[in-house]
Amino acid sequence: MDSVGIMDKVFLLPLIMASSFVIILFVGKRFSERVTSSIGIGAVGACFVLSLVIGAQWINRVDNPPTGAAAVAAEEACLGGPGDDPQAREGGGRGAEPGSAERGAPTGAAPGESAAVLGQEGGGSTESPSAEGGQAESAQAKRGETIPVCASITWFETAVSTSQTIKFEAGTVLDGLSALMLFVVSIISLLVHIYSKEYLHDDRRFTHYYAFLSLFTASMLFFVLGSNSLQMLVGWELVGVCSFVLIGHWWEEGNNTYAALKAFLTNRVGDTGLIIGVIVTFFAAGATSFNVFRLNEAALSGKVSSTLLLIGAIALFWGVTSKSGQFPLHTWLPDAMAGPTPVSALIHAATMVVAGVYLIARLYGVFYAGLQINNNTINYVAFIGGFTALIGAGLAFVQKDIKKVLAYSTVSQLGYMVMALGVGAWTAAVFHLFTHAFFKASMFLGAGSVSHACHHTFDMDEMGGLKKKMPITRWTFMFSGFALAGIFPFAGFFSKDEILAGAANGQGGNAYTIMLVFGLVVAFMTAAYMGRTYYRTFEGEYRGHAHPHESPKIMTIPLIILTTFATIGGVVNFPGKLTEWLRLPQTFGGRLEHYVQPEWAGRFPTLDVAEFNPWLATGSVLLALLGMFIGIGWYANRLYERKLTERSKVLHAGYTFLANKYYLDALYENVIRDRGVFPLARASYWFNQYVVDGIVNAVGVGSRSVGNFLYKYLDQGAIDGAVNGTGIVSDESGQLLRRIQTGKVQQYAALFFFGATVLTIFFVVFIR
Amino acid sequence: MLINAYLLLAAVLFCIGVYGVLARRNGVLVLMSIELILNSVNINLVAFGAWWGAQQPCGAAQGCAATIGPVFALFVITVAAAEVGVGLALVLMLYRNFKSIDIDQVDSMKG
Amino acid sequence: MTNAPTYLPEYIMFGLIASSMVVAAVRVVTTKNVVHAALWLVLVLGGVAGLFILLASEFTAITQVLVYIGAIVVLFLFGIMLTRAPLGKSADLDNNVAQRIVGALVGLSLLGVMVYGLVNRWSDQKIELVGSSTRQLGQTTEQISDSIFSTYLVPFEVVSVLLLAALIGAIVLARRD
Repeated sequence: MDSVGIMDKVFLLPLIMASSFVIILFVGKRFSERVTSSIGIGAVGACFVLSLVIGAQWINRVDNPPTGAAAVAAEEACLGGPGDDPQAREGGGRGAEPGSAERGAPTGAAPGESAAVLGQEGGGSTESPSAEGGQAESAQAKRGETIPVCASITWFETAVSTSQTIKFEAGTVLDGLSALMLFVVSIISLLVHIYSKEYLHDDRRFTHYYAFLSLFTASMLFFVLGSNSLQMLVGWELVGVCSFVLIGHWWEEGNNTYAALKAFLTNRVGDTGLIIGVIVTFFAAGATSFNVFRLNEAALSGKVSSTLLLIGAIALFWGVTSKSGQFPLHTWLPDAMAGPTPVSALIHAATMVVAGVYLIARLYGVFYAGLQINNNTINYVAFIGGFTALIGAGLAFVQKDIKKVLAYSTVSQLGYMVMALGVGAWTAAVFHLFTHAFFKASMFLGAGSVSHACHHTFDMDEMGGLKKKMPITRWTFMFSGFALAGIFPFAGFFSKDEILAGAANGQGGNAYTIMLVFGLVVAFMTAAYMGRTYYRTFEGEYRGHAHPHESPKIMTIPLIILTTFATIGGVVNFPGKLTEWLRLPQTFGGRLEHYVQPEWAGRFPTLDVAEFNPWLATGSVLLALLGMFIGIGWYANRLYERKLTERSKVLHAGYTFLANKYYLDALYENVIRDRGVFPLARASYWFNQYVVDGIVNAVGVGSRSVGNFLYKYLDQGAIDGAVNGTGIVSDESGQLLRRIQTGKVQQYAALFFFGATVLTIFFVVFIR
Repeated sequence: MLINAYLLLAAVLFCIGVYGVLARRNGVLVLMSIELILNSVNINLVAFGAWWGAQQPCGAAQGCAATIGPVFALFVITVAAAEVGVGLALVLMLYRNFKSIDIDQVDSMKG
Repeated sequence: MTNAPTYLPEYIMFGLIASSMVVAAVRVVTTKNVVHAALWLVLVLGGVAGLFILLASEFTAITQVLVYIGAIVVLFLFGIMLTRAPLGKSADLDNNVAQRIVGALVGLSLLGVMVYGLVNRWSDQKIELVGSSTRQLGQTTEQISDSIFSTYLVPFEVVSVLLLAALIGAIVLARRD
């Protein structure tokens, strides 16, 4: 018997956070800040402990994978019913299992019904769409595979015909990926909860803040654990709502409200794509299940049209584009800095923005098959990821606000992860997600600590020289900066290097060379802007007017913990080759590849894992060091005083272009909204006013006018000619239509029924 | 019995209702006409339910496709009750504000 | 065909009910007296209940009588009284002639297309009820309640929410402040 442990009870985690939300929301006001925050911290702490236990159990499961019947049962649980092997079901051995018996009975026919009905209705549902081998073979294949632990209940059922019902399930999936995400989400959330206690001290909506922090965590955990795309959609939207609330936490200031709205609306644009993607993939997979494994299975089976999969993947990616801040929908992310800094850390490190990356990783089969990752040297996802990484890094150069630098850096790093997924470096992307969560959270909280000390400003013009006054913040920020820049041996180095190696290696022998170049350029730029940011904040002379001091322990301890992870987190996926050279124990290397990357034939593509490449690694570190020296040197040697950007036209143009964020906001607001949407709205208003109402009137009181109208034109139209005619037509129809703005509801009703009649005629007579 | 007898009767009732909605001016009478429309739909639902039941007889205590007719007729009755409740509240408000329940006087939305 | 059950009584009943319903419905939309309109409506609704019984759907028929005649018509009468409608004949119940003609035209064209569609598609379909029990037709109260609370549970819950919303909406609209 395989050990499932508490891995099938993971629904507890979102449940704990959700109950914390409810408790804080409804009774939090009666308690002091201390009690309120303790409830939140306690809940998320419990989640953290559970996630550790679950992680340990998962590792144990990978080391002792279930075999035989246990594997088949686990597989059935994850696929929401028996797999594609009808022989096994007819063989009788598993007929008695509750899962298959439940599925065998359609809604209409329960035990005890008359035989005739059973015969009629029972027949269709036990036939499965395809058949691939028998039980023996599938059990054989299960050996050594690590099948996720799934638990599910029936959400709702719907009858598609008298003989077939589709059962939609709500359930949880626990595999390496979700276990890792549970760990990341709960630890970052825990530290943010602790940190916020001081940062939001005496805030007027402290209770509200903690309540939504809990809900945010709950939604993210729910999203991560979702076993089907519908459920993930629900989690996705919940995360969006919570981010809206938290970004607009200080809604008394117009800017914050605007930023929250912008985040929400931009995400809605992408959510449309996600919904379309969910629908397309559902139908592509045979319209029987939203289960993620079923979707992957169908996509990888090669039986689904690749065009359909491509459409599905691109539509899903459109959702990712908004949520994970990919070009061109990344513009909400820097504005989301309007929220409290711990929220920024949570959004940017662990919860919201990585949801998109997680979605790709979870539905990787769809993306892999849809974009033909193994058969290309460039594809849409990889390109958008690389491009986003590049433009994010570019924008990070010209920001004065330290949080905005970090925001654009997040955009850039997310682009990196998406690019990694695009080139097939699945584990590298997940690994980078993991390391990025720590160093970025650390830097955000560090920025918050700096601002806490400097009268709540984030402007780097008012910082500088803080290294003496805030040593802990400085060291943590510096180490995290090294990690972000990818300096050996910090965590970022390993993950970034794995992505570069993955791009160089590619899939199926196709190297993604262009993506590799993108990656190297971004590595250089990242180091350079981090050097700049670090220098402007902590070195040189203090330029502000406050009296900076180190933040209290409750803020620095989370920083230290996060920085520790950012520093040594690389060991989690230590490159295998390096392990050999350093004569470390074999189990030390490639742990994520072993424990996280799924091995489940048919539900996850077989990926070529890139080997550690010493030349590439050395090159990227050298590039990063060079970038860092340039970034620091520029400010240390006061090169900026030479005002290069003002002297050189080219540089100045470049600066202006960057400072205006590539004019994307201008494009959205001035061109698309003002020139596109508003005119469209005006046009439809005009149409409504003049055309639709005109028809109403023509039906209602217009008969005489139309008579006059026709008389006039039959009489005179031939003589006056077309030129005169058109002028009079517009004038006359305008006059005619102007008079009939009656506002009488029954005339509208008449039009409505008339339209319904016309449509009915159309359907009955022509379509049949 | 031809199913069309029921369906045609429902169609006639429906159209009488439509006429009433369009031609009546008194708010209460418009609501009554809407009731006619809803009832014609109910006739259709129950007739199709019976038709289905006659085609595929139901067996045991539960699970029977033909119940969809009466069940949805019940839903429609419920919705009609809700509709009349809200509709009469609207009419009352109309009366309070305009001292009349002639809905063609309510044209403050006109362009 | 010799053994085929005769449906003559059913046709006769149907004809009586249907003709009275049509007459009553026409009177509902044409009468000059508001209270009479409500009473004619009772006749239509009662006719619908009768048709339900003809279709072997007793539970729906009873509900129809209880809810429509018992509650909704009473509600209408209350509405008429609360808005102080004249109890006798009044001339201003209808719209002007143009709007009435439009209404008639729309109604007739809708009727035409529906009749066309129904005759084309459903002429050969019959409801053969003779010989089958209410249970076989799926019309017993037990079966209906079973399917409401199992198969159609979600719509049922939605309807209950709708009723709540309507309740609150009606209170909000009708309260005096």
